[in-house]
Amino acid sequence: MKTASPFLELESGRPVDVTWDGTTFSLPDGANLAAALLASGVEVFRHTPVSGAPRAPFCMMGACFDCLIEIDGVVRQACMLEVTEGLVLMRPHEGEAHDDQT
Amino acid sequence: MIKRDIAIIGAGPAGMAAAAQAAGLGLSVTVLDEQPYAGGQIYRDVDRASSMRGKILGPDYTGGTRLTEGLRKSGVDHIAGAVVWAIEDGFRISYSRDGRGAQLMADRILLATGALERPMPIPGWTLPGVMTAGAGQILLKQSGVVAQGAVLVGAGPLIYLIAAQMVRAGTPPAAMIETQTRGDMIRALRHVGGALRGWRYMAKGLKMLAEIKLAKVPRYTGATQIAIEGEDKAEAVTFAHKGSRQRISCETVFLHHGVVPNTQAARSLGISHSWDEVQACFGPVLDEWGQSDVERVYIAGDGAGIGGAKAAEYAGRLAALKMAEGSNRLSAPERDRKAAPLQRAMQRELAARPFLDAAYPPYRAAVRPADSTIICRCEEVTAGDIRGYAEIGCLGPNQTKAFGRAGMGPCQGRYCGLTVTALLADANGQSPDETGYYRIRAPLKPVTLGELAAMDEATKDAAE
Amino acid sequence: METDYAIIGGGVVGLSVAWGLLRRGRTVTVLDGDDGSFRASRGNFGLVWVQSKGMNQPRYASWSQQSAAIWADFASEISSNTGKPVPLAQRGGYDLHFSEETLEATLAKYKKLKAQLDGNYPYEVLGHNALRKEEPHIGPKVVGAILHHQDGHANPLKLLMALAADVRRMGAYVLPGRTVTDVTKPDAFHISCEDGTTLTAGKVVLSAGLGATQLGPKMGFKAPIRPQRGQVLITEKLPKLINRPSLIARQVDEGGIQIGATNEEVGLDDRVTQPGLSSLAAEAIAAYPALARAQLVRSWGALRVLSPDGLPIYQQSAEMPGAYLVTCHSGITLAAAHARLLPDWLEGTDAAPDLEVFSENRFAVS
Repeated sequence: MKTASPFLELESGRPVDVTWDGTTFSLPDGANLAAALLASGVEVFRHTPVSGAPRAPFCMMGACFDCLIEIDGVVRQACMLEVTEGLVLMRPHEGEAHDDQT
Repeated sequence: MIKRDIAIIGAGPAGMAAAAQAAGLGLSVTVLDEQPYAGGQIYRDVDRASSMRGKILGPDYTGGTRLTEGLRKSGVDHIAGAVVWAIEDGFRISYSRDGRGAQLMADRILLATGALERPMPIPGWTLPGVMTAGAGQILLKQSGVVAQGAVLVGAGPLIYLIAAQMVRAGTPPAAMIETQTRGDMIRALRHVGGALRGWRYMAKGLKMLAEIKLAKVPRYTGATQIAIEGEDKAEAVTFAHKGSRQRISCETVFLHHGVVPNTQAARSLGISHSWDEVQACFGPVLDEWGQSDVERVYIAGDGAGIGGAKAAEYAGRLAALKMAEGSNRLSAPERDRKAAPLQRAMQRELAARPFLDAAYPPYRAAVRPADSTIICRCEEVTAGDIRGYAEIGCLGPNQTKAFGRAGMGPCQGRYCGLTVTALLADANGQSPDETGYYRIRAPLKPVTLGELAAMDEATKDAAE
Repeated sequence: METDYAIIGGGVVGLSVAWGLLRRGRTVTVLDGDDGSFRASRGNFGLVWVQSKGMNQPRYASWSQQSAAIWADFASEISSNTGKPVPLAQRGGYDLHFSEETLEATLAKYKKLKAQLDGNYPYEVLGHNALRKEEPHIGPKVVGAILHHQDGHANPLKLLMALAADVRRMGAYVLPGRTVTDVTKPDAFHISCEDGTTLTAGKVVLSAGLGATQLGPKMGFKAPIRPQRGQVLITEKLPKLINRPSLIARQVDEGGIQIGATNEEVGLDDRVTQPGLSSLAAEAIAAYPALARAQLVRSWGALRVLSPDGLPIYQQSAEMPGAYLVTCHSGITLAAAHARLLPDWLEGTDAAPDLEVFSENRFAVS
């Protein structure tokens, strides 16, 4: 499924299924994961732990950590990963409950 | 554990050129790079993208294949996808690859980790849809993804390059909101001699400006009071231009007002840095070969000082020559003989820099943001917060980090460090050198505890 | 004389003492180092801790208890004065054990200490299953824990910030970026700094952490303190994993999990090392296996300020009466005592706490 996005893809790779935040996307195999999600219309990648503000990729070079996603329980930068068939991605730590601390 | 003569961190132009040069002189070299393919950021993914998008990106980009080819031919060990997270005495480099930790030893280190965009905190810069101009370039280079109707904001030649590339791709920017003023250009004319010596570079710039003009991309120069509006994502850019307020709707904003050396690894090694007033950033203190004040650690490329891709190549080769001489593979006269043409070429490459730095200075309002502007993206700390910490005695960024968490997030100050130093320098009436910068320590990039623990096992096993 | 008290060192110890003196109406000037100084106040673990203290000296245990008992009130006072919250949780803390032997050995010591404290030492032993009910993420290698109900943890950086704000609000002169080079007492105390600043004071408190090794002897103190490095890790912000703190790990109010700490004798070296980080990570995962996937975001090394027996030193100088050495490695736990109780000792009032066991007399002349 591809929602409207302000991004245009100049070419398309072999499409494979990837699940992100419960939704299935068809993304080009081997593509940069952050770029592919942006081109598929994903606007908000995560919400900040401090204020819940929406964030999306900012630097695309592994320096800003705004494009974080969760794979297999580990939080990683989407811009440093490639699309592979069958990836299951989630927003960082949004599967678990957040309690108040002290 | 692998032991090498030289470990090079970064496979951009400086790293690639240094690797080939050093290997050619008989040194054993490993190149560690976090990207899956060589090229760094400026030649990002050049091997794959050249054939597909060469016309859009231009020959300056596709020319990078000469270096990737040189790296391959040199037979140098290139470990891709390696995220270096610690460099310790000896030198022992710890890195992470495919979720597993590894280490290697090297006699000498060349840091070739390039540059980062200068942080540009303006209202709304943290909204989805707002990215650095570099990010826009990377999307195009690596993924062939272009933004439609994007607005470019800031100052510097990179803005013109991106705009020209977007025009060629059929998605011209909706507008270019530029912050440099006529006054800046007049001040820059002092350096016109250098600009003329670097005429090839200037000519490229003029050509790009012509393409942009032909495509009728609206340009607003001398813009001020720039802000990005939007609830959950970027919706428009507002600014003041020639006395009136403007608003341009858009979903994508690319920000840029210069690049600055990425000093994380250098600082973690305790290398001295000094404030460069012209480029308005910290740079490592180096000799003419790129040697730092930490023995056997060298820095080349934009990470040493902003000079662009070609200068980076020359600097990488010069560092390699010095390292070769230092390990007795080359006599000093031989080294100097080989170095001379590189040094001359590098001077030519750098000739236009003073002019460009003066003509396109950083956007003042982003260097000294308003109180309510977020300056630490990770921890959402504002400029006003930092000024408040100065009032309760914080002289430097490490104290403000302790008080307000700015610099404690995963980016470790990459996008707030310079802003915090500038705010504190102002508030305390001190120079940036006196104010200092964040203390940088391992891990240079996050690493999982499991990976760290597994290295503990490995060390214990080896000891038993 | 320019000030009643000069406090040399503006970390949590110096600021706590300054706060207490200001509350009593004294004029106070704090001389603090610069942004790059070693600052145990910035690098500690944030525990407000009673258990394991004073196993060989019950007075240290009771001093820690006194401080812990008034900590909440102290925190609440400075935070309402300044509008800067000082998060604190005092719901108990664990000593985690990976073997029955070490657990039994510690229990024997606690039993003895409890008797020496007339029964005021509320701890209980949790076997693995009972511990699992309290800490669902505890790992199978943890055989049990001693839960001490007087333990807790705070946000030490917010404490520092609130103290910094409150002492200024109460009229302290705070001079940052000053390295004190000499203290003499021709009449009043004369203090000189590297940058030329001079100050005269009625009394001086030396609370400069490791700085006391240089200055202490000039003021008539033995100051037999040494640095001991503790490397500490902090992870990305995580959902709630750990309810109560221990020396191995605690979850801070902002969500990251703090893991500590090594005990290394490496001199004035506050760097981190891969073996140090790895061993801490391994221990944390042994205690809480879910942490294997957590990302380490930051680490630091901080230098503990240690006396030979690990206890605080509270000493008035015999050579320069009116000069006091105040040093400890548990500046967070003792912050409340330093703020509310120690000033009586400095002022020599009837309410002065008995701190005899903490004097330098206990250090034999070698």
